[in-house]
Amino acid sequence: MPALLRMTGISKRFGATVALRDVALEVHAGQALALIGENGAGKSTLMKILSGAHPPDAGEMLLSGERYRPANPHAARLAGVAMIYQELNLAPDLSVEDNIMLGQERQRLGWLDRRAQRRKVAAVLERLGHPDFSPETEVRRLSVGAKQVVEIARALVMEARLIVFDEPTSSLTQADAQRLFEVIGRLKQSGCGIVYISHFLEEIRNVCDRYAVLRDGSTAGSGDLAGASEQHIVSLMVGRTVDELFPQVPHTPGGVLLSLTGLSGRESPREVSLNLRRGEILGIAGLVGAGRTELLRCVFALDPVRSGQVRVANYAPSASPRARIDAGLGFVSEDRKGEGLAQSRSIADNMTYSRLGPYRRWGWLALRQRNAAVRNWINRLSIKARSPEAEIQTLSGGNQQKVAIARVLHQEADVLLLDEPTRGIDVGTKAEIYRLMGESAAAGKGVLFVSSYVTELLAVCDRVAVMSRGRLRAIRPAAEWTEETVMACAIAAERT
Amino acid sequence: MSNAFPPIETESLSRGRLNLLGSALGPFLTLGIVILFFAVTDQIRENGGTFLSQRNFRTISVQTATVAVAALGMTVVIIAGGIDLSSGTTVALSATVLAWGLKHNWPWAIAVAAALATGGLAGFLNGALISLLRVVPFIVTLGTMTIYLGVAKMIAEETTIRPDQATQVPHWLQELLSTRNEALWLGLPLGVWLALGLALALAAVLRYSVFGRYVYALGSNESTARLCGINVPANKIALYTLAGLFVGVAGMYQFSRLSSGNPTSGLGLELRIIAAVVIGGGSLSGGRGTVLGTLTGAAIMAVIASGCTQLGLNNPVQDVILGVIIIAAVTLDQVRQRRMAG
Repeated sequence: MPALLRMTGISKRFGATVALRDVALEVHAGQALALIGENGAGKSTLMKILSGAHPPDAGEMLLSGERYRPANPHAARLAGVAMIYQELNLAPDLSVEDNIMLGQERQRLGWLDRRAQRRKVAAVLERLGHPDFSPETEVRRLSVGAKQVVEIARALVMEARLIVFDEPTSSLTQADAQRLFEVIGRLKQSGCGIVYISHFLEEIRNVCDRYAVLRDGSTAGSGDLAGASEQHIVSLMVGRTVDELFPQVPHTPGGVLLSLTGLSGRESPREVSLNLRRGEILGIAGLVGAGRTELLRCVFALDPVRSGQVRVANYAPSASPRARIDAGLGFVSEDRKGEGLAQSRSIADNMTYSRLGPYRRWGWLALRQRNAAVRNWINRLSIKARSPEAEIQTLSGGNQQKVAIARVLHQEADVLLLDEPTRGIDVGTKAEIYRLMGESAAAGKGVLFVSSYVTELLAVCDRVAVMSRGRLRAIRPAAEWTEETVMACAIAAERT
Repeated sequence: MSNAFPPIETESLSRGRLNLLGSALGPFLTLGIVILFFAVTDQIRENGGTFLSQRNFRTISVQTATVAVAALGMTVVIIAGGIDLSSGTTVALSATVLAWGLKHNWPWAIAVAAALATGGLAGFLNGALISLLRVVPFIVTLGTMTIYLGVAKMIAEETTIRPDQATQVPHWLQELLSTRNEALWLGLPLGVWLALGLALALAAVLRYSVFGRYVYALGSNESTARLCGINVPANKIALYTLAGLFVGVAGMYQFSRLSSGNPTSGLGLELRIIAAVVIGGGSLSGGRGTVLGTLTGAAIMAVIASGCTQLGLNNPVQDVILGVIIIAAVTLDQVRQRRMAG
């Protein structure tokens, strides 16, 4: 039996940059292939070629043994290749049914055939193991996980044979992710081929049968997941052996730097009290929606505080981001695109927006001086960029994140409030960010580190706190936690 | 830290300057094509050959000065992600205030200052309403557009105010945008020089001042601006006020051209002001736009109007051509942007 999809010798260049060089890929029906690689390795370009968004410069694609060369994404969909993106393409004001049938409405003389549609939708939802889904619900009221099911259902209505998932769990709760894995299992059983892109190696083991690793636009290796160790896969990804995924920089906690007493926001956080000390990395674990982001936003005065106090080195700054910055707080948002960075502005602008003071002369900017400083930071953080004037949107996700972190370092913040700083970025950059956090702690700064990836919290932090439903449930030295106890705490408190 | 990555280039400042020109390149090209087209058709035509004269370009510069100056202010607003639909009626309001002041024998300095202040105040009110009520600029300025029209009518008591040219209007104001030889100074009337000076100053502010950075930051991503501790409401009010001052200057220009204050003379003007910015590469979603581009955009519209008149094409035809140019210019710009991004 031929492979469902066979890509061979795929090459693609953009101007002078070679994005893909002689890449081969094979997906079998009823199996899931994990596509692994650092950001910028060429995964998204490869998937854009597969989905018809870009034509390849060279190479061949066979779908069920037939030549496959989609002219555009729509042609790819008609051929049975569907993409489920991180940013879901749904119309929030339409119902579940309308979204699933969008563009493929069953009609009779131009009028919607509701009954036929409903039958189709019910059949598809049944196949996904979600027959209880109400088709009338407005999509905006659904959770991210449920939205994803709608998106998958839409692909099934198009008779998709090959479904590509691009980082599908990055914004899902643990429970929703588990449900997604079940859906993918059902898709495999019904004969669909799956391409699964993710940075989470343990998740890949849950879902996938085989793996393929891309590095610098070429295939670095592939095989069965069953026999492959994590170390082996990571070394294929980064092209060198990673002896430590979590570099440690020695640091010792000192006096209290940031203290929160009974801090409550609009809905969450609720009465959170904690002390962050100098030279300490304090992790905050919890499920999505536990109020971790809201806690950081309250501390930084981006969200209104209802009661409670924020003190930085025994001083209570007034409630505006400016005052908090002046008091020594620095905030890195979880939402790089929407809030964290001005995508169409330069690296230099984004890095210095929060502290233009040193380059200010009577309201004018000393550009030469600022560029020198920015260049210095670009080198210190090894940001891959053409120049300080390069627009943020031209950078890869990992490099964008480095700019966001460079901003708070440039700002000389004492307290770093980092919200999911390693989400959606590659292993190598993650390690660099852990090292930066360690170096900051060693320099006497305090780091408040929110993450959904418990492994990294336990490896990097001195203490870890667990939040659920807006409350801080427990705070203990990292050594006294295990991944299981952290999750148990987050979930147990969720149920009470 | 590893040194595995290549060192970054150092000539980024000169690159920045190139970019400044680059982003106005599209409009420049359009302007060149438009001028070339009319020059050629003008040469072919009988009794033609006057289009490329210095005199004609002087006339064009005078005709476009009012829109161009107001468009400078609009550039700031549009870069910051806003829009000002009230700029047209504000031009008329300022002109009316100026006329009213002169008619009542105010010293010209005070009357002119009052006109400028009127523009600034109108802009301040726009900015304050947008910031404090948190209503989108389109709606707020749609409202203030008719408010300012109404105020102007109240001041003029629903007529046109005509101060006496001989005794009440100062000589320099009459000659501000005159193409008579005595009014010229280095080949151009004073008003055109003033507009160019203001453009230069504004370009410098946008590019080299802290406030300028904030304007671009607001338009590019307001959330980021807030997160970086930028005082969003204060900066918005400041930038709308600044834009209002430019509109005030435009009001003075309009008075000088019409030698009267007519409350309804600004209706529809805002669309030409916005068109100048958009043809010049400004993006209505914010974050993009340049002074040079806006001036070019205003020039394109004026050249088309002048060229069409010389060719004997009537007003409706001019309107159609202008509309086509607006759509074409923006489409071209987007294609260029996409290619740069890809």
